Amino acid sequence: MTRLLVCPPDFFGIEYEINPWMRLNNQVDHERAILQWNNLMAVFERDIGVTLERMTPVPGLPDLVFTANAGIVVGRQAVVSRFRYPERQREEAYFENWFRDHGYEILTLEPGLFFEGAGDLLGFPDCWFGGYRQRSDVRAFPILSEWFHREILPLELVDRRFYHLDTCFCPLSGGDLLYFPPAFDHYGQTAIAERIPPTKRLVVPEHDALRFACNAVCVGNHVVLPAGCPTTEQMLREHGYQPHAVWLDEFMKSGGSAKCLTLRLEE
Amino acid sequence: MNIHQETVVLNGHIIDSLLLAKVLDLILMMGGDFDLEDVQIGKTREASSRARITVRAPSQTLLDDILKAIQPHGASVEREADCRLEAAPADGIFPENFYATTHLPTQIRLNGRWIDVEHIEMDVGIVVDRRRETAQAVPMGEVRQGELVVTGREGVRVIPLARPRERDVFGFMESHVSAERPHGHVIADIASRMRRLREQHRQEGAACRVLLAGGPAIIHAGGRDALAWLIEEEFIHVLFCGNALAAHDMEADLYGTSLGYGLTAGRTIPHGHEHHLRTINRIRAIGSIERAVASGIVKNGIMAACIRKHVPVVMAGTIRDDGPLPGVITDSIQAQRAMRAAISGVKLALLVASTLHAVATGNLLPATIPTVCVDINPSVPTKLADRGSFQAVGLVMDAASFLNELARRLGRPA
Repeated sequence: MTRLLVCPPDFFGIEYEINPWMRLNNQVDHERAILQWNNLMAVFERDIGVTLERMTPVPGLPDLVFTANAGIVVGRQAVVSRFRYPERQREEAYFENWFRDHGYEILTLEPGLFFEGAGDLLGFPDCWFGGYRQRSDVRAFPILSEWFHREILPLELVDRRFYHLDTCFCPLSGGDLLYFPPAFDHYGQTAIAERIPPTKRLVVPEHDALRFACNAVCVGNHVVLPAGCPTTEQMLREHGYQPHAVWLDEFMKSGGSAKCLTLRLEE
Repeated sequence: MNIHQETVVLNGHIIDSLLLAKVLDLILMMGGDFDLEDVQIGKTREASSRARITVRAPSQTLLDDILKAIQPHGASVEREADCRLEAAPADGIFPENFYATTHLPTQIRLNGRWIDVEHIEMDVGIVVDRRRETAQAVPMGEVRQGELVVTGREGVRVIPLARPRERDVFGFMESHVSAERPHGHVIADIASRMRRLREQHRQEGAACRVLLAGGPAIIHAGGRDALAWLIEEEFIHVLFCGNALAAHDMEADLYGTSLGYGLTAGRTIPHGHEHHLRTINRIRAIGSIERAVASGIVKNGIMAACIRKHVPVVMAGTIRDDGPLPGVITDSIQAQRAMRAAISGVKLALLVASTLHAVATGNLLPATIPTVCVDINPSVPTKLADRGSFQAVGLVMDAASFLNELARRLGRPA
């Protein structure tokens, strides 16, 4: 049974600008955001049968909804994020408390070694990929690799709009990869191509990538992704997946979508 | 020393992610250069790899720019420490764990800054002046009690030779010793360097000099006139030799023999074996070689040319010397000191037909100085290379043939 950590958007809003999507003059329609979030949760719980763990929202921490950045969870161990921007650093203690209260062993990186959790660390069972340069520090990956005995291939994120790895790169359950190649330089694209055979690489067109089609959650053969990405949905169907499109444009104002709103806990 | 370098370390899954390739490409694209010091590849897929990279750039600004550009990819400057210093326990004695130098350009780290070691030569120590923030290579016998000497290897770095701009025989900076190799192009390259260095010497004086260290075989074999011509024409600006070369050179002038052999007749002269002794005795009676030349008693030859052209001569004595001639330094350590003092500004060294003087001079020369070792016996250039002067180009040939051919290429009339 898949368990996801989520946080209701009670205090979600645009209170600062720390990525190219955020504009203080492009405020969130709060009621619509709550509706969209509830709808997403309904898809997870009702349509896919996922178990949700709900965190308590905190006033003044508008981005706590993006639980993908809480950290990473491996078995009963959790590595809490070290955010690059002070605006989000205040979330660290809340995430850490949640993990601790729920019985996880906490592993911490040295202060100043930025690592933004599952937003920048994704992978297949045998090989993980780490996004760096914009948020996470590449030097975090060798440490994580040693802690969890996994290969972690670092990928530089070269487009400011795709500031976390999970905005342009989504491993799927069947070993397929949904991704937007121009978010990486040719070294990154080559490294990906060396690991994932051509038939397994699902290249998302720019139109869909800019709607965060890659910010999708894959559970079994279900893929939950933001609505408005018809080419990606079609592609997923052709590869045997069942897409679930959900309107999440209120969260896109903050540069986040389906995947950013969840953190996968242990199976 | 226009070399700016820093060692960085790159960790993680740097091979398959092409992170190492990216960092190396960045260094080159920005106009820097690198040496991969050490690459440890992870034994399993999960194990990470590690690379130590020495980054070099022609200026500190460019080096800083490169380090800044590769830092976000995880290449961080290796944690460095200042060099360790210990006071010399007594005059002429280094601290127990003193750092023994090579003849390659060397820097030490003092108060967080890398500074060049001045007057580098092999097999000596490094003495640091903390107040002036300077360091210099100092022979064991020269160190004074209480002077601060570098110990251990921490905070010391040796800089590999940069490939010289000139694309000649010295470009490889490694000794090839072979009797079978054609000599023509090597001598041609030496000649073209010497032509250039003569021009430079005429402008800069002592800051640019060509050194010749030679043995008496130069005289015996018939290279005396060619060498005297090279000195007269200002191609050679410092001479290192022993008692014998000077004695036989003047013997040739006074008696027409070299160790008793008639140089033109080509046969032994009755009582010729006494000639060099009589020569030495004569010069001793006159008081100095300078006076012998000035008074017109010694008219021609190598020593006369040196005196006329004000070429400094360091004569180092050995245990088998007769006399010796006035001016021969019989204390080996004093002789080393005199040679060391005369070596500054040397831009090319020719070590011809003398094992002892070749090795002794090789020991004093920094690796950056193009060096040629000429000997009929292949073991001499080999010995020189074995003793660390790897930059020396070895020529297995007769000293006179070498000097005659060199002088011919530099315009000496046949």
